[in-house]
Amino acid sequence: MLALVLATPARAQTKLDVAYTQFKLANGLTVILHEDHSVPLVTVNMWYHVGSARERPGRTGFAHLFEHLMFMGSGHVKPGEFDSWLEAAGGDNNGSTQTDRTNYWINVPSNALELALFLESDRMGHLLDSMTPKTVDAQRDVVKNERRQSVENQPYGIAQVVLNEMLYPEGHPYHWPVIGYMPDLTAASYEDVVAFFEKFYAPSNASLVVAGDIDSAAARRLVEKWFSDVKAAPPPEPMGIPAAVLTGVKTRTVGDKVQLPRLYLAWLTPRHFAPGDATLDVVADVLAGGKNARLYKRLVYDMQIAQDVSAFQASAGLSSSFVVIATARPGHTAAELQKVIDEEIKKLQSELPTAHELERSLNQIESSFYNRIERVGGFGGKGDQLNAYYTETGDPDWFNEDLARYRALSVSDIRAAAEEFLPLDKRVELTIEPEKKP
Amino acid sequence: MLRAKCWVLGALLVAAFAGVTLVAQQPDRSHPPPVGPPPPLNLPAIQKQKLSNGLPVWVVELHEVPVAQVNLVIFSGSAAEPGRKFGVASLTAAMLEQGAGSRSALEIADAVDYLGADLSASGSWDLSALRLHVPVARLADALPIMADVALRPTFPKEELERQRQQRLTSLLQGRDDPATIAAVAFARVLFGVEHRYGTPISGSAETLKAFTTDDLRAFYASAYRPENAALLVVGDVKPGMALPMLEKNFGAWKASAAPAAPVKFPAVEQPTTRSVYLVDKPGAPQSQIRIGWIGVPRSTPDYFPILVLNTILGGSFSSRLNMNLREQHGYSYGASSSFDMRAAAGPFVAAAGVQTDKTAESLKEFFNELTGILQTMPADELSRAKNYVALRYPSSFETTGDISRRLEDALVYHLPDDYFSKYVQNIQAVTAADVQRVAQKYIAPGKFAVVVVGDLKTIEPGIQALNLGPTKKLSVDEVFGPKP
Repeated sequence: MLALVLATPARAQTKLDVAYTQFKLANGLTVILHEDHSVPLVTVNMWYHVGSARERPGRTGFAHLFEHLMFMGSGHVKPGEFDSWLEAAGGDNNGSTQTDRTNYWINVPSNALELALFLESDRMGHLLDSMTPKTVDAQRDVVKNERRQSVENQPYGIAQVVLNEMLYPEGHPYHWPVIGYMPDLTAASYEDVVAFFEKFYAPSNASLVVAGDIDSAAARRLVEKWFSDVKAAPPPEPMGIPAAVLTGVKTRTVGDKVQLPRLYLAWLTPRHFAPGDATLDVVADVLAGGKNARLYKRLVYDMQIAQDVSAFQASAGLSSSFVVIATARPGHTAAELQKVIDEEIKKLQSELPTAHELERSLNQIESSFYNRIERVGGFGGKGDQLNAYYTETGDPDWFNEDLARYRALSVSDIRAAAEEFLPLDKRVELTIEPEKKP
Repeated sequence: MLRAKCWVLGALLVAAFAGVTLVAQQPDRSHPPPVGPPPPLNLPAIQKQKLSNGLPVWVVELHEVPVAQVNLVIFSGSAAEPGRKFGVASLTAAMLEQGAGSRSALEIADAVDYLGADLSASGSWDLSALRLHVPVARLADALPIMADVALRPTFPKEELERQRQQRLTSLLQGRDDPATIAAVAFARVLFGVEHRYGTPISGSAETLKAFTTDDLRAFYASAYRPENAALLVVGDVKPGMALPMLEKNFGAWKASAAPAAPVKFPAVEQPTTRSVYLVDKPGAPQSQIRIGWIGVPRSTPDYFPILVLNTILGGSFSSRLNMNLREQHGYSYGASSSFDMRAAAGPFVAAAGVQTDKTAESLKEFFNELTGILQTMPADELSRAKNYVALRYPSSFETTGDISRRLEDALVYHLPDDYFSKYVQNIQAVTAADVQRVAQKYIAPGKFAVVVVGDLKTIEPGIQALNLGPTKKLSVDEVFGPKP
């Protein structure tokens, strides 16, 4: 490492205080309120605790297709009115689907809070009142185009799909892509929609955050007014955590319409918040976080045989994966990159990283906690994070506990995690190569 | 704008059930609840100061989170590049961090990362900027590094070679991506090879290969000058604390040479007839479509009516293009339009990726909407669009980064002092007649350039049958120039 004369900056050590109140409606809906009056906006953020992991083979992509249907109107909202009413009030909205959850948010000026709660509650309580097979067909076409745009017509877009198929065995809920397979999207039916809604969209399987420029007592009354009549139903049976083990090296090469080879190395790693998960975030930083990180410095800066390199712990509820991705420069191969990557992983497995490397990563992680609380609404805003922490830990304000996971780490933890979780002989090796011209 | 992103990063499922069934009183769902008067937005005060060398400093206090955003804005970007040195502005910006003062590229990156800071240098059409985001506790440690990078770059030769290879490889990769090909082709057919706007900000392989460190030094000396710059500070700071730090780091900055003569763009003509440009991407499951012509400069007096017009046409989820191509027909994941307003007139573009077997049908629907927008605007659509633009305005003042970007615009485009405070009333003042007038002035479906990147053997017959106008095929080399 570089010999730098730089005083150790005082760790900010400020407590991240995101005050909230929490209550539960009789129908089982958990509600979390958070006040932030910096701008006159509120966010209504709903998480349903279901994602693609709950799908069955033959109906992959269904949780995400269902998410699209949630914007198509409900018992008291005609098709198109969800968006047009919100836009007329200066609002924005969106949703997203992952393996373990589906989230929805509405951002509105604070005067339109009740409109947002009305819309959110109407689709929770009355979605099926207006659902027709035609609605399903319309969004099926949109979702197929989403898949074309993000997978087939996207350079290297197929890699994520293949990677999960290689990491997880057939039948494991992370084996298939969130976006789904085309034939399964074709097969999805109106009857599937009814069954999925009844099984997974009960208030007891959801949590609602209302955050921003609100008065907590008034917001509570409005939530009770609009959500209390939503019918109760039991939540789905908890999922077992199915086994996924790599017992050796799995290697594949797939052609794509690209000019440069790209290498993906992936391991199965501890699930989100399990011991080792935070450590692997720091391992990723030591390997590829910034110009001085080991892989970047060697592959991109010194040897100049890679265009880019990244490493990350992709944390998820049932199992995580640790992924290293590197793109070869013209004239270089994925095998050359792999050789260097393996050298660096082996080195990290056998020698302690420097205190400076650890400190650099921790300082960046700590800053990211501040940056994440600048915005209230939308994806990754405070409302979304309160819901994420509640969903995963039961405690909406888990910011300090989360940060404490990192502050507790030592250099020997980093080395040990690299050794335990990144064995070179138990992993997935995927190369995307330029397609051979016919 | 697009709905429904997916992908990795999951969340743990913890469902607790309090199995109580209770039928509550039913709220009245027969009408949406009324929306009260919009809340006032108390715009943060801009405290305008100067350093001893005349460098303007604008400070906005925002005390919710202990972070600070400090931007050094240079009022020269890609549009200020002299003599076809396309790409020198963004390359100069990128090179600032590759060696400065006594530090090497690696040392700069290490020092910044170690502070948990983010420092980035970039160039766009009308400005270059060095932007620092840092926990406020480390601001005093980060500013000297930022000042070195801004004021004392060393432009090492070997770092230029690194940046050159990075950029040439990026250009090569751009040729893989149909959306990138479409965007580059669209600018090229509108503005040509001579006009700066006809080539991407990063330049072409030809220009990139020719740059020397002298080119970088020359652009730096002509553009990076205290009288051509300003500092913005937004965050958990007080002027009394920030100003002495900025004075210490930037107060002695003096220009090293004479300013550059202003660059004059070659004249560029609007298309007079509609033309179609096709780029082949064999086997592509979608076609990337770009339709439009040269729009307006940021200084247009029609700014507010154009914002409303574009919101209705393709600037919101409920816009006509998106409702037609996505929601009604399902041809696309999303369709949109935009006016890219720069110091000079940038492009107006309507865009979508559409499924290959519906390419001709999609083009027909694009032109239906581009023609339909010239008609009288229904009152409810107009008021929805105006509210959408005006009432969500507070969201552009939420974070330190948001506010700093608003201030950059105000500085670079010389917006009036009351610009932010009058924004909402300026939007609300737009009438149906205004929107129709600007639509008829700036939307000319009979003269637009149409670029389609897709599987020509499948889509060409259908496109030809539409008889949109003369058709030309472009190779990827004609779009990007020779392969790097």
